[in-house]
Amino acid sequence: MAEKQKTIRLIIERQDSPDSKPYDEEFEIPYRKNMNVISALMEIRRNPVNAKGEKTTPVHWEMGCLEEVCGACSMVINGKPQQSCSSLIDQLEQPVRLAPMRTFPVIRDLAVDRSRMFDSLKKVKAWVPIDGTYDIGPGPRMAESKRQWAYELSKCMTCGVCLEACPNVNSQSNFIGPAPLSQVRLFNSHPTGSLHKKERMDALLGDGGLQGCGNSQNCVQVCPKGIPLTTSIAALNREASTHSFKSFFGSDYHN
Amino acid sequence: MAENREFFYRRLHSLLGVIPIGIFLMQHLFVNHLSTYGPEAFNKGADFLANLPFRLGLEFVVIYIPILFHAIYGVYIAFTAKPNSVRYGYFRNWMFLLQRITGIVTLIFIVWHVWETRLANAIYGTEINFDLMATILSSPFMFWFYIVGVVSTVFHFANGLWSFFVTWGITVSPRSQKIMTYVTVGVFLLFTYMGIASLIAFAQG
Repeated sequence: MAEKQKTIRLIIERQDSPDSKPYDEEFEIPYRKNMNVISALMEIRRNPVNAKGEKTTPVHWEMGCLEEVCGACSMVINGKPQQSCSSLIDQLEQPVRLAPMRTFPVIRDLAVDRSRMFDSLKKVKAWVPIDGTYDIGPGPRMAESKRQWAYELSKCMTCGVCLEACPNVNSQSNFIGPAPLSQVRLFNSHPTGSLHKKERMDALLGDGGLQGCGNSQNCVQVCPKGIPLTTSIAALNREASTHSFKSFFGSDYHN
Repeated sequence: MAENREFFYRRLHSLLGVIPIGIFLMQHLFVNHLSTYGPEAFNKGADFLANLPFRLGLEFVVIYIPILFHAIYGVYIAFTAKPNSVRYGYFRNWMFLLQRITGIVTLIFIVWHVWETRLANAIYGTEINFDLMATILSSPFMFWFYIVGVVSTVFHFANGLWSFFVTWGITVSPRSQKIMTYVTVGVFLLFTYMGIASLIAFAQG
C-alpha cells in the first residue's frame, strides 16, 4: 500500500487587506473524490500549509448556500468567473488558479465587496412595492407562459459574474452592469410591479444606466443561470426609446 | 433631458453614426466608385457635388458637426472601456474591441484625408479631381494607408450599424441580432469592395 497519495495543486491570488498588494501562493492538498473548489479551500483552512511546507494564514472566501443560488462564493477560477460551490475539481485543469473578481473591491483574499450591485438594485427600484397601511388584496393574475418566462429572469442571484466579464464595468465608468438592468425588465413585466415602470425607467436612464452597455455581450455568455441578459438589455433599449420620446414630446403624464 | 445627459449623448452618438454620417459615407463610396468608369465620369460626379446649392451649409450640418461630435464622444467611449477579448474570446467581444480600434484608426485616417483634400482646397485652392487622388495614391505608402483607412471606416460603419439596431431596440431577440450580423457582414463586404475598387482605379491613373 505504498501508493503515492494523489494531490491537487492550487495557485491562489491572495491579498491580506483591501489596500495591500496581491501575491500568489501555491497549495498542494490531498485528493478526495467529488471535491468542489470550496471543499479544497476548506482543506486549506483545516491545514493552512502552502506547497513549500510553510505555515500560512488560511485563505479567506465567502460562501452561503453551497448550491449555486446565493451567488456569494463567486470567484475567478482558471480565468473564468464562476461559483466555487458548483466548480468541481475533477472538471478543472490543474493547477487550479483562484483569484478574486477584481471588478469589485477586494476585502481579503477571494472575498469581494459586491455592495455596488445592491446599491444599483436600490437605485433602479428592483422590487414590487406592496406594503401599506391596509391590505390591498391580491394582485392581477399573470399568464402562465409569462410566469415561466419571468421565472428565468428571477434566477439572478446578484453573483457579479456578468459585471466581472463586462468590459464597460470598470473603475473609469459608473455603468451599473447587466444584472440590475435585467431586474428592471423583470419588475416592469410584473402586473403589480408595472405600476412603477416609469420610476424604474427614469432611474435606468440616469447616469451609469442602460446607455453604458457597449454590446460586447460577454454577460450572456458567462451568466451561470443562463439569463438572457442581452435580450433584456435590447428590450429595455426599445422601451427607453419610447419612454424618452414620451417624456420629451408627450403629455404631462405617462407610465 | 438635462438629468439624463449621458443617455442623450450616447443615443445621439449612435444616431449620428448612421444618420447622417453613415448615409454620407455610402454616398461618398458610391460617387468614388465612378473612378472605375474613368476620370471623366468621376470628375463629373465630383463637380455635381461641389456645385450643390448651399454646399458649405450642407457640409457643416451633414458632415462636419456630426462627425466632430461622433469622434470626440467616441474617443471618450473607447477609452472608458477596459477590453478583455483575450480572456473572453467571444465573437461579439472581439467586435466590441475592433469597433473601438477601428474608430481610432478611422479618426486618424479621416483627419489626414480631409486635410489633404477638402482643407487643401479651402486653404490653397487645390482642385479636387481625379488627378489629385491619382497623385496621392501613386505613392505605395499612401495607397496602403488609404486601403487600411477605407476598410477600417467601412468596418466601423457596418458593425456600428449592428449596434445601432440593438441600441434603438429594433433587434431585440437573439435571432434577429444574428440575422443582422449577416446583413452587416454583407454591408461590410459590399462597401469594402466598392472602396478598394475605386482606390485601385485611382492608383492606376
